[in-house]
Amino acid sequence: MNHGFARPWRDTLLLAVSAVTLFGSVTGAYAQSTIKWLHLEANENRLKTWQDIAAAYEAEHPDVKIEFQFLENEAFKAKLPTLLQSNDAPSMFYTWGGGVLKAQSETGAIRDVTAAMDADGGAWRNSISPAAVDGLSIDGKVWAAPIQSGLVSFFYNKAMFEQAGVDASAIATWDDFLAAVSKLKEAGITPIAGGGGDKWPIHFYWSYLAMREAGKDGFAAAKAGEGFTGEAFVRASQHLVDLGALEPFQEGYLGATWPDTQAVFADGRAAIILSFENTATPQNQANAATDGKGLAQDAIGRFAFPLVEGGAGVITDDFGGLNGWVVTANAPPETEDFLKYFTSKDNAAKLAEFNNILPTTLGGDEGVKDPSLADSAAQMAKATWHQNYLDQDLGPNVGRVVNDMSVELVSGQMSPEDALQQIEDAFSLEM
Amino acid sequence: MRGKWPVLVLFLPPALLLFTVFVILPMGEAAWYSFYNWNGYGLPSQWIGTKNYELIFRNGAFRTALINNGLIIVISICVQIPLALWLATMVSRNIKGALAFRLLFFLPYVLADVAAGMIWRFVYDGEFGLVAGIWNFFGAAPPFWLADKQVAFYAVLGVIVWKYFGFHMMLFIAGLQAIDKSVLEAADIDGATGWQKFYRVTLPLLGSTVRLSVFFAVVGSLQLFDMIMPLTGGGPSNATQTLVTFLYSFGVMRMQVGFGSAVGVVLFIICVTLAFGYKRIFMRND
Repeated sequence: MNHGFARPWRDTLLLAVSAVTLFGSVTGAYAQSTIKWLHLEANENRLKTWQDIAAAYEAEHPDVKIEFQFLENEAFKAKLPTLLQSNDAPSMFYTWGGGVLKAQSETGAIRDVTAAMDADGGAWRNSISPAAVDGLSIDGKVWAAPIQSGLVSFFYNKAMFEQAGVDASAIATWDDFLAAVSKLKEAGITPIAGGGGDKWPIHFYWSYLAMREAGKDGFAAAKAGEGFTGEAFVRASQHLVDLGALEPFQEGYLGATWPDTQAVFADGRAAIILSFENTATPQNQANAATDGKGLAQDAIGRFAFPLVEGGAGVITDDFGGLNGWVVTANAPPETEDFLKYFTSKDNAAKLAEFNNILPTTLGGDEGVKDPSLADSAAQMAKATWHQNYLDQDLGPNVGRVVNDMSVELVSGQMSPEDALQQIEDAFSLEM
Repeated sequence: MRGKWPVLVLFLPPALLLFTVFVILPMGEAAWYSFYNWNGYGLPSQWIGTKNYELIFRNGAFRTALINNGLIIVISICVQIPLALWLATMVSRNIKGALAFRLLFFLPYVLADVAAGMIWRFVYDGEFGLVAGIWNFFGAAPPFWLADKQVAFYAVLGVIVWKYFGFHMMLFIAGLQAIDKSVLEAADIDGATGWQKFYRVTLPLLGSTVRLSVFFAVVGSLQLFDMIMPLTGGGPSNATQTLVTFLYSFGVMRMQVGFGSAVGVVLFIICVTLAFGYKRIFMRND
């Protein structure tokens, strides 16, 4: 009986203690603002660089606390719409720009950083590459703080090219490229590592070919409402069919994910890969290769995606990613200030050096120490046009259709006309 | 009857509320969203009538998914269930090691679907996998089944049979144990052969278990998702989509919530029709 009497008392006490603790911690949190940083960085070393920058900012601003929240890539994309409309919305999150950013901007769930960019006579805006600011702007408003951009180009295995007697510097047109592929095949080498399972690695080909055929103006007109069924896009699609007809990829490429594909190149099982700017860095090679080492940097060469004969595009038209950080509507006002700090020249240089990114902050490329990255950076500096990934730029739906169709074309499952009609069907629904 | 009212008033509302909030309401919402072109942000505002449904039935990948789901049911009935039944009759006998075999056959079912998908992705890999190893041993060029549009789904079917036959076998073992031994003894005395005993006595008495097993196979086919995603992701060229992976890849991943909801509604109608139809026709006496 005594025992039964004591228990409720103990529970009440426990409740009181926890209530006090909870209340204490809540009032404690009110004393400062918390920036909730939602990210997708699974690599601890790269995250460390961010954490160091965040810690340095916290030291300078004792009233601000920065909290990291991680979501895996696909989970992030799937959860974000709900998350943004909930009370648990993060303060800032990662963006690839394009159609998704546009959709988000129309909902009122995020706020533009234009005012912060233009404060102090545009101090922040002027510190960042205009092309990058432009790329993340919609209707004159800047919707994300640019952090990095990327460049997709061909990387090749020098030894294999030599063995097959192919001169990379002589590849100027798509026909040259196809000839090189045939020559590699004749020499018994698998010409290209392709990732048909993930599909987007193949969309790089269609995107570049469409850019080379249509050129900047033609592409802008298509996006503005002319659509993707024009002559230039038919020719671009036909080029991709021509490539597929040579059977240039490794066996089973239609099932290959991107890590599989990178391994094919890094293991020396194929001579060419159309890939990101960081392909030839030692870290990436070590990550990608089956033996944990991969190819030495000086064994890998790079060339820009070739032109097509009679196309409107030029060799300095670049294709690649453009990323930034979006601020949500109810984020603490310090978020913009932190982003300004995060994208400052010093921090951009740090990110370039330790995380192998190509920063969009002017002068940030001083931190680019890796020669192969510097090579990509040099090409990007001359860019006449930077096109974002189409599966981002055209929005998640049309983008995925482009990915699907790229694979259908290269594997010979669909004619250019049919594939373009599918893209057009999806596109017309968005307009 | 009077005495039941307090019980009803007390116990029905919580369950009813939960069921309404988490089952009825979402279903109604999905039906509502399915008439909009909506990406999940803000509130749906662009009414497009039955356009989403037209798009579904024009979509080649949806047809493939539908056919694939049908194939899974057919394979389950023609291969998986006979196999499970055969193994069940073997391991339910009192022979040495029967228990060990029961455990062994049941093991794949215990494995998480995602893990099974990943394991079999590796097994089928034409570069490093087990299949590649076997082919290389015989000096043949290894196949890439998961990358071949014509073959990929059969490879997936193989994994499905492997994964779930143990579950059906367990059902049958339970069914076999419920059969009165004296009936079989009577058949023995009458001089029935092994096959006659199985076909004339065991199988008819197992009828309800078989019908239940088929029911689970049908429902399982319509729900199949977790194993496909790591195994093929629905590829190559959507050759291995099922209805649910189709919903996920075309609705969720493309942020086409309206379209995805329409797929959900179609899936719901198929499920309800099949489940109730089956129960009505085949399981009315069970």
